[in-house]
Amino acid sequence: MNPILRLENISLTYHSLSAETEAVKNLSLTVYEGEFAAIIGPSGCGKSTLLSIIAGLLPPTGGEIFIGGKKLNGKPEKLGYMLQKDELFPWRTIEKNVFLPLEIKKILNEENKKYCVSLLEKYGLKEFSSRKPSELSGGMRQRAALIRTLAAKPEVLLLDEPFSALDYQTRLNVCDDVYKIIRKENKTAILVTHDISEAVSVADRVFVLSKRPASVREEKILPFSKEITPLKRRKTPDFGKIFEQLWRSLNDENQ
Amino acid sequence: MKTNEKISREHLLYLKGIKRRAIKINAIRIAIFVIFLMIWELSYRIGLTDGFIFSSPSRIALSLYALASSGDLIKHSAITLYETLLGFIIASAGGTLIALLMWFNETVRKIAEPYLVVLNSLPKIALGPLIIIWFGSGRTAIVVMAVLITVIVTVITMLAGFISTDENKILLMKTLGANKFQILAKLVLPSSIPAFISMLKINIGLSWIGSIMGEYLVSEAGIGYLIVYGGQVFRLDLVYASTLVLCILATGMYALVSLAERKINSKRK
Repeated sequence: MNPILRLENISLTYHSLSAETEAVKNLSLTVYEGEFAAIIGPSGCGKSTLLSIIAGLLPPTGGEIFIGGKKLNGKPEKLGYMLQKDELFPWRTIEKNVFLPLEIKKILNEENKKYCVSLLEKYGLKEFSSRKPSELSGGMRQRAALIRTLAAKPEVLLLDEPFSALDYQTRLNVCDDVYKIIRKENKTAILVTHDISEAVSVADRVFVLSKRPASVREEKILPFSKEITPLKRRKTPDFGKIFEQLWRSLNDENQ
Repeated sequence: MKTNEKISREHLLYLKGIKRRAIKINAIRIAIFVIFLMIWELSYRIGLTDGFIFSSPSRIALSLYALASSGDLIKHSAITLYETLLGFIIASAGGTLIALLMWFNETVRKIAEPYLVVLNSLPKIALGPLIIIWFGSGRTAIVVMAVLITVIVTVITMLAGFISTDENKILLMKTLGANKFQILAKLVLPSSIPAFISMLKINIGLSWIGSIMGEYLVSEAGIGYLIVYGGQVFRLDLVYASTLVLCILATGMYALVSLAERKINSKRK
């Protein structure tokens, strides 16, 4: 397996009027091609900050990031970012929402449009392409948001607690849904979450972060095969065991 | 609404009830207006009120007829409408542009803030004498008055609209690598359309205030001029008639913006 994303000794210091805060300190991690990685950590440890650094939104104060072997400078073109809420624009149709990344990256050509339409078709949103987001259910909206993320063919997907705005039932289903789509499209994904069970249900590899300043406290490879979907994983005996271990690891950190 | 499905009796009754209520409200509105006119006219006819001071619907109608047949009605209305519309357009467009500039550059915004506050609380009519000296006693001065009264509120309303753009949607745009112009064109402007429409509605009222005040101060023609003139020579019928025309014009302009709003909303929804 080839490493697709490598962070080396990443540090980030925040400045505010009252203080200087170390949010991330000497954090290193590697994610391999085609992998589903999850990052969990105590709340407020800077998980989302880390994603912002990877996404190129926040320049780190120290360290280096490599994507596909190349050092990152400025905006990473190969990344797709999925946020907590779908953030579909209410005045655009689903199709126009999905085209948004193409418009912004100025690659709105027939070929890419066709690709988006094929994704909408493949994942059951074709009949909704000319509808407005308000006409879709929460789960469908999140699926549309994922297709928007895939529109510009990113190599790595960054998922920032993408299910946290949904109710529990929908959340499990959408998680299953998103997992299947990401696997089917053969994408590398990095999920940030505070929900251990969510991490265990989707990830091949879990990084446990320490409290602030964040660094990787533990790295764990999960023994599930890729074919087992999140919902099925939750029913396996291993699930409870791994949940327990990660829970302890996080808990130790909190004390 | 599901129109194809069979509607139950109960639902039908419910819909009927709502319709009936709407008719009732409209009927009462019209009745109040008609009764008011009748009492007004009657009290003049039986000598309860002095027609010279309080006029009457029939006297106003006569005065309007005279204005219309002499061509004065069109002339004065056109002049005031022109000044108002020009002030409205300049202030709405200019204010929006200034707000845009302030959205683009936070330093500019910070610097301009106290000036905006002072200008907003200043009664612009106080600048009347200066405006006359600077711009002469013609139409330009009146348009400037309308612009001055309207533009500051425009800047404040639109800036608030731009700034209230959903932070998470801006984050989404940034993760897609959007630059500030793209964020503006694809996100901030479309999501500020409701603010833009409510700004237009406020501006209609304000630009009318501006143009009429301007005409009070300097003009030789226009509806504001007719009102002042009518007051000075005690032709109060003329004052009432001009006020009525003003009412109709302003309401018409408001209705146009409302229509545009409905069109835009049905497209967005």
